Amino acid sequence: MLKDLLALRDLPSVWRDPGAALRSARGNIEVWANLLVIAWAASFMIWQGSGFAVTVATVFGIWAILTVSLNLVVGFTGLLSVGHIGFFGIGAYAMAILTSDPAYEQLRTEAIPTFGLPFFAALPVSVVLAGLVALVVGVVFNRFRDDIYVLVSFGFAIIAFNVFLNWRGLTRGAFGIHEIARPEIGGWVIDGEIDFLLLVMIFLALTVLVSWFMVTSSFGRVLTAIREDEQAIEVFGYRVTHYKLAVWVISAMMAGLAGGLLSSWTTFIDPNSFILLESILLVSIVILGGLASIWGSLLGAMAFVLLEEGMRFLPFLPVEFIGQARQVVLGLLLVLLMLFRPQGLVGRYRL
Amino acid sequence: MSQDQAESGRDIALRTEGISKRFGAVRAVNELTMSVARGGITSVVGPNGSGKSTLVNLLSGTLPLDGGMVIIGDVGLTEVRAHETPGHGLTRTFQEVRLFDQITVWDNMMVVLTKRALIPALLERGRPSQKELAESILREVGMWEKRRSLAMNLSYGQRKLLEIGRAIAMDVGIYLLDEPYAGLFPQMVERVKTIMKRMQERGHTLIFISHNMDIVRELSDRILVLDSGSLLAEGDVDEVLSRQEVIDAYLGV
Repeated sequence: MLKDLLALRDLPSVWRDPGAALRSARGNIEVWANLLVIAWAASFMIWQGSGFAVTVATVFGIWAILTVSLNLVVGFTGLLSVGHIGFFGIGAYAMAILTSDPAYEQLRTEAIPTFGLPFFAALPVSVVLAGLVALVVGVVFNRFRDDIYVLVSFGFAIIAFNVFLNWRGLTRGAFGIHEIARPEIGGWVIDGEIDFLLLVMIFLALTVLVSWFMVTSSFGRVLTAIREDEQAIEVFGYRVTHYKLAVWVISAMMAGLAGGLLSSWTTFIDPNSFILLESILLVSIVILGGLASIWGSLLGAMAFVLLEEGMRFLPFLPVEFIGQARQVVLGLLLVLLMLFRPQGLVGRYRL
Repeated sequence: MSQDQAESGRDIALRTEGISKRFGAVRAVNELTMSVARGGITSVVGPNGSGKSTLVNLLSGTLPLDGGMVIIGDVGLTEVRAHETPGHGLTRTFQEVRLFDQITVWDNMMVVLTKRALIPALLERGRPSQKELAESILREVGMWEKRRSLAMNLSYGQRKLLEIGRAIAMDVGIYLLDEPYAGLFPQMVERVKTIMKRMQERGHTLIFISHNMDIVRELSDRILVLDSGSLLAEGDVDEVLSRQEVIDAYLGV
């Protein structure tokens, strides 16, 4: 992935003939896309100061876990799922409910079950729970393909949102859940912004590592073959349903992890974070970054977060329009990208 | 050679008993019973729509059977599952070449050589033995120089060659080749012929569909003639092709 970034293999030739390297870089959109996003990120950090930069980086970390994991399903396996946000939500709500504090909950009119688990006990449960739901959903989803698959996953995202909104005895519905626990190891509470950023980055690194391990193995090669021709790969003795289910569950577990991190970071969640639109944004970022490219998903998440947070500081934009404006900009970007570069910023494949 | 053995029932690689497939009101394959001797090259001929491709699809599990039984070796199957056919010793190619388009020629080859089960596949990252085999097969079908290209960027003939190479890599007993010669220019035809002869020498059983009677006469030792989903004739090539009903149904057109 790093070689995409700098085309390291070609470095010696830069010394021999800088002019030629420059000429080839001129036509190389990938290099420019990488440089642009990274330069943008760096200048943004410097401009806004380190405090805000840490916040942005944390948001990026959580989104990057989501996009990298979704790319396993959409980019590598070719299953265009717009239901990923559902697993994100399951992870977030599991974390919120499992760490809910009995003392605090008694003060509330609509009490939810309390467990009072610490963060590091609740996180694996959140991840496994998201995986279990994915297993059940995946068995059903395996019957569908292509456009119908999109619709069915769409349905899952809507169902998940409605469960979060309406199962008030568990999620407290639209009121949301407050006072979600911060991580704690021994006596050390990870409460500072930098501490939490570090935690998120460790989990992001873990996600990237696991994804990389998967896609570079024989398993990963089979996934790409499934994307290209499901029926043909079956003739060679592969149980396509097992492979699809495995990658789907692993991807959902990563989304559950991201959800757990989100709810602990914000210490408050409500169903609005898990609407269908967010799920479609996720798919857009994966496509924008580049299908079947882990680096592309990181880059896509980075560009998205910078866009989202950066637009806050546009002086001519009234505050109340910012939310909508970022969607318009992202939509425009996606249209332009699909017109001129359907494989995304650094991807090689098309849907 | 194998004809006598086949008829005595001793050495049959593949046979069917009354298999059927309908598409709506059309009986694409109608209670078809046939057998294929081990180690030979059998050709399947017949007019368009006579059920040749459907037969291959039924034998390979690409389409589910409506009735009847497929017997591979000594295993009788009333339901052929595509992912289990390599285990029974059978593989196929497709009439409309089906490669994994957006991956490289190399990966197209490697994907049929690696472990099938989930966990072993996860832990495996291309063993030297698999790589050697992939290289030797790519060289055999003349695609080694193209190994880094995406399959979608190959010419039609190269795609056919790669698909046959992929089937060879499966190293099973029985090969179903659906029109391996369709649309190939003469040089490629010779190449595919050589590959098929070599496979036969190694003891594989080949079944291929073709419309080219010269190739059928040259390569195959047995022939199946299909017409409207039924078996019209079966037996020695020259003898069958000289029968009047075969000429009327197919060759005389």
